[in-house]
Amino acid sequence: MSYLEIIVFLPLIAAIAIGLGAPARFTALGAAAIAFIVSLIVAIQFNTNVEGAVQFASSHTLMEMEGFPTLSLAFGIDGISLVLLLLATLVMLAAVLVSPPENDIKGSAKLYYLSLLLIGGGAIGAFTATDLFFLYAFHELALIPTFLMIGIFGHGENRVRTAWTITVYLGVGSLILLVGLIMAVFALGGSTFAIADLIAIAKNPETGIDPGQQTWIFAFLLVGFGALVSLFPFHSWAAPAYAEAPAPVAMLHAGVLKKFGLYGLIRIAMPIVPEGMAALLNVVLVLLLGNIIYIGLVTIAQKKLDRMLGSSSVMHMGYVFLGLATMNQLGVSGAVLLMFAHGVSIALLFALCGWIREKYGTVSFEELGGIASHLPKLGLLFAFAAFASAGLPGFANFAAEVSVFFGAFKETGDSLGWLQWTTIIALWGVVISAVYMLRAFRNLFLGTPEEKMKTPTDMTMAARLPYFLLLATLIAVGFVPEILNQFIRPAVEGLFLTTAG
Amino acid sequence: MDVNTTAWTVLLLPLMVAALIVVGLKRSPGLSSLLSTGSALITFILCAMLAGGEGGDVKAFPWIDMGDLLRVEIGFQLDELSRGMMMIVTSIGLLVHLFSLAYMKDDKGKARYFAGLSLFMFSMTGIVLANNFVMMFIFWELVGVSSYILIGHWFHKESAADAAKKAFLTNKIGDFGFMIGILLVWVLTGSIYFNEISEAVGGITNTVLLNIAVLCVFCGAIGKSAQLPLHVWLPDAMEGPTPVSALIHAATMVAAGVFMLARVVFLIEATEIAAQWISWIGAATAVVAALMALQQNDIKRILAYSTLSQLGYMIMAQGIGHGGSDAGMFHLYTHAFFKALLFLGSGAVIYACHHEQDIWKMGGLRRKMPITFTTFALGTAALIAVPFTSGFWSKEMILETAYHEGAMFPYVCGIIVAFLTPFYMTRLVIVAFFGKNRTKDADHAKEVGPLMWAPLAILAVMAIFSAYKPVSGPLLATGYGSVEHLIEHFGLTAILSLIGLAVGVIGAILLYKGKDSDPINIPLFANRFYIDELYIGIVRVFQDAVAAVLDIVDRFIIDPIVVRFPALAAMGTGSFLRIFQIGNVQSYALYFGIAVIALILFLIL
Repeated sequence: MSYLEIIVFLPLIAAIAIGLGAPARFTALGAAAIAFIVSLIVAIQFNTNVEGAVQFASSHTLMEMEGFPTLSLAFGIDGISLVLLLLATLVMLAAVLVSPPENDIKGSAKLYYLSLLLIGGGAIGAFTATDLFFLYAFHELALIPTFLMIGIFGHGENRVRTAWTITVYLGVGSLILLVGLIMAVFALGGSTFAIADLIAIAKNPETGIDPGQQTWIFAFLLVGFGALVSLFPFHSWAAPAYAEAPAPVAMLHAGVLKKFGLYGLIRIAMPIVPEGMAALLNVVLVLLLGNIIYIGLVTIAQKKLDRMLGSSSVMHMGYVFLGLATMNQLGVSGAVLLMFAHGVSIALLFALCGWIREKYGTVSFEELGGIASHLPKLGLLFAFAAFASAGLPGFANFAAEVSVFFGAFKETGDSLGWLQWTTIIALWGVVISAVYMLRAFRNLFLGTPEEKMKTPTDMTMAARLPYFLLLATLIAVGFVPEILNQFIRPAVEGLFLTTAG
Repeated sequence: MDVNTTAWTVLLLPLMVAALIVVGLKRSPGLSSLLSTGSALITFILCAMLAGGEGGDVKAFPWIDMGDLLRVEIGFQLDELSRGMMMIVTSIGLLVHLFSLAYMKDDKGKARYFAGLSLFMFSMTGIVLANNFVMMFIFWELVGVSSYILIGHWFHKESAADAAKKAFLTNKIGDFGFMIGILLVWVLTGSIYFNEISEAVGGITNTVLLNIAVLCVFCGAIGKSAQLPLHVWLPDAMEGPTPVSALIHAATMVAAGVFMLARVVFLIEATEIAAQWISWIGAATAVVAALMALQQNDIKRILAYSTLSQLGYMIMAQGIGHGGSDAGMFHLYTHAFFKALLFLGSGAVIYACHHEQDIWKMGGLRRKMPITFTTFALGTAALIAVPFTSGFWSKEMILETAYHEGAMFPYVCGIIVAFLTPFYMTRLVIVAFFGKNRTKDADHAKEVGPLMWAPLAILAVMAIFSAYKPVSGPLLATGYGSVEHLIEHFGLTAILSLIGLAVGVIGAILLYKGKDSDPINIPLFANRFYIDELYIGIVRVFQDAVAAVLDIVDRFIIDPIVVRFPALAAMGTGSFLRIFQIGNVQSYALYFGIAVIALILFLIL
């Protein structure tokens, strides 16, 4: 087995083991920790001098049939996949760490930890699969336990309804996506599912897809992938789902799994149907402003932390879409870095939100206040996380946003086009982010605490570990973005090569 | 030590101290405060070495390196402007650290306070030394953060928590423009580095966009230097501990806007309309803030409005052209010392009066606190531009340049301010320091200890002498007091400001001598022209109300429509597949089944 296969299958094997009776928390923790460490080893061994090439590749042909595309269980990573792989294993580890002890789980602890591993493992598989079929299948694999977790372990009276809503919603989104993918595969001759081969065919002028058809395919991919990323107006599943999900699930879905849609657009849509994307660019620009400004204002109106964080994660997807919409190396690199940064920061925030809920039984702005006077460590962590999420320098999110914004203004001559005007409006979203993040911090943590707020105790050193892990990552990448840019840069260059290498 | 090591140490030492305190020294406030003060002392010495040294290359750190696409460095521009500014920042920084040792002696959050101060020193250093716009923006935001932390130091007080938030968000609005400005300059010149921009600026043909770009960059200065219409945060920022007000909200951070404009003055000089707007906004702020200062009763707020007004002078100078920028920097330099002095002096008064800030509840402090009074009086003399004090020279230089360049609106505003400033400052001194003790707190006031009065004394010396060539020469490109120059150019400006001084001081003495309450009452000024109320209304209507409406729209309109749409689409999907004739569900179910089996097989084998 290659390193990658270990990382992909370890969580799945561990999940099966838990199902068969292995100690749930211990097994999950072990699998997540090993997966994280192995992914670090992969990162260290990764060769950053090769443009766009897939490394750590492995392939097992599963089916070769006349008239059907060849199907292989194939894995491999370029720099973009690697960054998302690191994100997935990091957040999975943190999510397992912040999960409650087995005895505190109402219901089956087995199912709880098993589901977490399946979500994480599915996301890892989707980010590392080099075969289109498995890219899709792994994502589906991760969705099912997400629905289960919300329906069974979620909080709030509506959790079952929310679970159904998100099931229908993401199910339909996946279906539309499937249609788009099938259209793409068959438009490219229908001989293979291997993504690299598909791209090679698409980039060959003789076998590429004609522009009219590209537009249609991109439209399906945009709606399909878009619904999975909560692109406006397909976003309304996200905030309630994250609000009602258990904290580790919100961390894994908002932080990691949701990035699948963006990853798909970069990996599949941009290289295969670039002209389709260019044709629909203005639509993308309008929709992403819907995410940034409209959802941004909706976020301001929220009165509970969980709902606000859910909404904010929808909003911030707009900036990743902006990076994609630049359709140049700088902007797309920024988008990839932002996917990572957002994933880590939102996971940290959801983890903290879960901590507050566990201690006080509520996350309502009206019922809480002055927490920092009693729990200064929690206050400090939350302040850092809020500043990171609001795009303050010193954290990874800012470094990513700078690349996105500069990408949008790259080589425009001295007249401004739609993309630049969109970016200028989108910049106002940075102010909006600061407004709701600082309001939340102000309402929850500052001011005079009420008498009833005094009971809980602050975090112990061990309990703080997952939070530190996430925060340290944000700060390290914020100070030295090159940690990840060294992987992203050649991969994105490869993406923009005119002929497949 | 070579220049490289020195410069990097100056930048990073305060950061390391701040990080160390946050990570491990929260429980040892004494050690934290000493470490922080020690780092302030070391950076001061190193900056003195830099200012006196030869210069040389400093290695840059590539922060974002995307090859030819974008390269953002943490790099240093060590020239006269930045070295002089560093001396101002580190010298006042050191004195404020020392003062704080006494002032914050028994504070519960002392470790956090000193971590905040060190973080501020780091951020401010980054702004001053930056050789490019993005780096400047990074540290620009970070001073915002440290200011947030320090204004909100007593965060259990609702007013402090609100003031911190207001300061941060108001600055964020300015930074929105600043970022757009940086991007536009990049579009126009293809660079973010100051030296490259200055070379490329001559070749810009699209002057409309250049004007817009400069105005956008100026937005950053409006926020940070609290100019109209974003001035509202600075008076509220007085909720922070008083030494913080002295360092950050009087001498250094709020002057960062002026410094930034001076750094890119070549851009301003390439424009006409933008330059004029800059000087007009500065001039308008100078007058409006001075009018507000007339009717305030809180000692720190009076000084805060005075700071706004003086910053207006400096900003105004940046837009005048032809030496205006140097004059503005000269005033920044003199103002930093005498305003830091006045704030620390007010801190000593507040400390002695058990945290009483209302000047009408003081009185007679002249006899109780002679050292504080003397130094405060000297600082006031510099602020109201008594001839031969430091403030006199720098203010004269600004007004003279404005007159010389024919910038009439700024000039008239400048002269009006020269009448108002002596008036409100004399009012402050008379009410707080003269007459009888009006309250018990004032009656029990004692002179502060040497750790507090020593910084006052040093600053008082600077308030008088900082403008003379032996002191200012090594620090400023141009700008020093010269009696010969004054005699040679004695004219309208000097006469008018002397009249202003006399009228203001005598008027205030006549009105306020022996009074126990304010004989004049101008609600418009006392209520700051109702601008804060206006903004609160705007935020309520255009942000919160709109947000609430959109939230309802999102929950009850968008959600049903878009959730029902996929349901419909789901029913239609089967026919989609047939329409495109690209397979059917069964064959993909087959694929899925095969894949699952294959996975299991693979796992077993």
